Amino acid sequence: MSTLRALARVIAAERQFAQPICTVRHVHVSDRPLVVIPLALSGEACAPLAAMVGDDPREPGLLLVPEPRDRDQRFAFAAELAGVAGPYIDSYAHDEPDDAPQFLLPNPAAVAFIRLLGRSTRFRRTEGAYAVPAAVPLLGRWLTFYTERAEVPPSSLMLVLTDVLAGHWATGQSPMEDQNLSAIIGWIDPPPGMTGAQAALAAEDPVRCPPAGPATDPTFDNEVLEARMLAVRTARSTGDGRALARATARMAEALRTQLEPTWTLMWRAVDLLRALPEGGHVPGRWAADCAAFGSYLDYLRGGGPPQAKRDGAVSAARRLANLERAQERLAVERAYDDSLIMAEYRMTGEAFAGTVVAAEPDRIDATGKRRVLRPRVTVETSDMVLARPGAVLTSPARPGQEAKVIEVLDDAPSQVVLELKGGMGRSLTPEPGSVPAVGERVCYATFSDRFQPTAAFPPPEETPWTHGGPPPQYVPRDEDATEVWS
Amino acid sequence: MKGTEARLARIRGRAVPRNHNARTIAALASNPGCARRAILDAAGVDKQRIAAFTGFPAPFGQSRFALARGNAFEAQLKAEGAAQLLALLREQLNLPIPKAHYDDLTEVGGNTSPELRHARTKSLLLGIARNTGDNGTMFDHPLLRLEVGGRYAYLEPDLIAFRVEGKFSVVEVKSFPVIDGQADGEKVAAAAIQSAVYVLALRDLLGDPGAVHHETILVCPENFSSRPVAAKLDVRKQLAVLCRQLSRLARIDDLLGLLPPGLTFDLDPDDAGVPRREPADLAGAIRTVGARYAPECLNTCEMCFFCRDEARDDTARLGKSTREELGGIEHIAAVLGFARGTGAPDPALAEAAVTLRAAARLRADVLGEAV
Repeated sequence: MSTLRALARVIAAERQFAQPICTVRHVHVSDRPLVVIPLALSGEACAPLAAMVGDDPREPGLLLVPEPRDRDQRFAFAAELAGVAGPYIDSYAHDEPDDAPQFLLPNPAAVAFIRLLGRSTRFRRTEGAYAVPAAVPLLGRWLTFYTERAEVPPSSLMLVLTDVLAGHWATGQSPMEDQNLSAIIGWIDPPPGMTGAQAALAAEDPVRCPPAGPATDPTFDNEVLEARMLAVRTARSTGDGRALARATARMAEALRTQLEPTWTLMWRAVDLLRALPEGGHVPGRWAADCAAFGSYLDYLRGGGPPQAKRDGAVSAARRLANLERAQERLAVERAYDDSLIMAEYRMTGEAFAGTVVAAEPDRIDATGKRRVLRPRVTVETSDMVLARPGAVLTSPARPGQEAKVIEVLDDAPSQVVLELKGGMGRSLTPEPGSVPAVGERVCYATFSDRFQPTAAFPPPEETPWTHGGPPPQYVPRDEDATEVWS
Repeated sequence: MKGTEARLARIRGRAVPRNHNARTIAALASNPGCARRAILDAAGVDKQRIAAFTGFPAPFGQSRFALARGNAFEAQLKAEGAAQLLALLREQLNLPIPKAHYDDLTEVGGNTSPELRHARTKSLLLGIARNTGDNGTMFDHPLLRLEVGGRYAYLEPDLIAFRVEGKFSVVEVKSFPVIDGQADGEKVAAAAIQSAVYVLALRDLLGDPGAVHHETILVCPENFSSRPVAAKLDVRKQLAVLCRQLSRLARIDDLLGLLPPGLTFDLDPDDAGVPRREPADLAGAIRTVGARYAPECLNTCEMCFFCRDEARDDTARLGKSTREELGGIEHIAAVLGFARGTGAPDPALAEAAVTLRAAARLRADVLGEAV
């Protein structure tokens, strides 16, 4: 939360409509994402109740668990989900893929649920006692891979739509209330004749807008679901096949009413995001996502074991360091792509924007051994300038060019004299457009999007004793494969 | 205290008083500055009822599936003299419990009156406390009580207190899972503050803070099974928070002194029990007691929608972090006034006003339209 974002929230509250906090879209949105909306049975650790899944807005696929406390039916659900997600993933499974499957989930609680679903299925065995279909443990590994990527800030492989929308628009409500998908879309794109605030209020009525899950509306549980679940159970125990089919269909119908509104909202959110122009660094980050997908694909093909229950010391440290680096890098890229994000750095003096008022594009520095091209420009700005002479700045418009601060005249407005180096071609005359001209709007930041080297960590087998020593290698165990899921 | 009692009874009106439980006491601690909640709870007002009557029914409900799962797990642990629970405490926490005597205090000779049950709990526990040699005794459903805002609240915990090496411990049974050694942080935090309420009540009953351990024992299902797993929770921090809160509440008279003398939330029911009071009139009465709304109230308080509506012009309803970024300025209109340079800030807010002015200038600069 920055002052600019907080101000946007206040403006949204006043105008009763969400306000943009980005000028471009900072996530990749696939042409054919897989929407997954899981519902769970209340009170259970990880009991799937139903799900709506699919990559085509016109064809919502409904998966149902008529008896969510029955272990066999849970695995049947996992197998059914694998029947949809598996072929979807396979359609991207080429060598060195240039595109990747993208999962869209409604809210953070759905990610937590999918993570548990992955955890409870990835260690299963396909033969012997408690055997499950081969697709089940494979699905578990993919779900685990995807939920782990969902924690990596720059990754778009698994998007949580409430978070993504809240990252692009400020509503006039609290961040906690933004986790209601229906409410946040209400603020951004209310139905005709309603303000965003009114639409968000209407979204809190669970009868009009069933919750996006995984928790279902308690009133729905008590007044609809319980009776229909009981009808299924009764029909099963009496062995009446037709009654069972009828009761199951009625239960499916009830759950469809809970899922369909969210399904529609998910695709509306996709449309809202697609309508935003894509940020310049988004394709680069998506390429990294595709590479990560490809490398996990290779790992699976090579027969690698399922992900461990807990990270070892070295992999945890490496993971944390990577996350930190990724977070910093993402922050810079977002600022470079988006003038509204850059404005947050202009607030703090880490960047300034202004107009070029003087330029010496052909200035040559002849003091060294070689004559070199070192143009100078003077930028006038009303922003706060913290940079002092000697500091090296970069402009998003010319990322390959260094700008050294020569002088800062702190009048209002301030004038900053910059000396430019690089990105101007090889001759002693700069290439056209490579030096900002008088009258041009420019922005300079104290940070750049250049590559930073990774930290060094020992290999896992050299984990120091302070960190528990080398972790034991994972050996598939019977307990893991046959673990109770009740 | 008599005057206070009478005053609170008047505020409640003819409705049946609602008793505090560990959850409502814990909720008090989460928003200490809210006089409205303190008064309503001290008076035992049915918040759900009055909120609904004014047109703002609370968004809370509990699924019977969740209730059933919770009850089944508790019943399983306590079956056959709490055999599973004992085995768990011995094996996982290495507690030296050679043999255990199990007392169910749900009723006293068929009588379930709270006073009687509390008296029975008290005499039993005090007796045990004096007898230092008696280890490993468990008590199911003891009835504790705690003074909250000058009134006694009976606590009907689904917990078991047990005693080992001269100290009592509180055991809290919850049905959320611990998966690969980790549980949902929010749920653990809620369980910790609730068990702290029990620790406090138990210490109060025994009249000796040292007699009850500050580590409580949380029992949850493990992974995806219904097999129990136990963990120790250090609730010293929660105890400190609760004590501070309760001592503030003890001064409920101070809060009452600020309210109009004739204040009541009575619904004025006719002979058939149908309320005759105008909802707007009741809403007006509620508004005379100041609230401190925060979005977190949406999870804990039945009045939340009423208070949120009332706070629609306040920055508080945009969340704590937003309010902090706005320099703590209370009203949305004031923020916008400073941002547009139209409001003249008092000196204490001058710095915040300058920041807002700068933010508004930058936003306008980028978007090409005035804020």
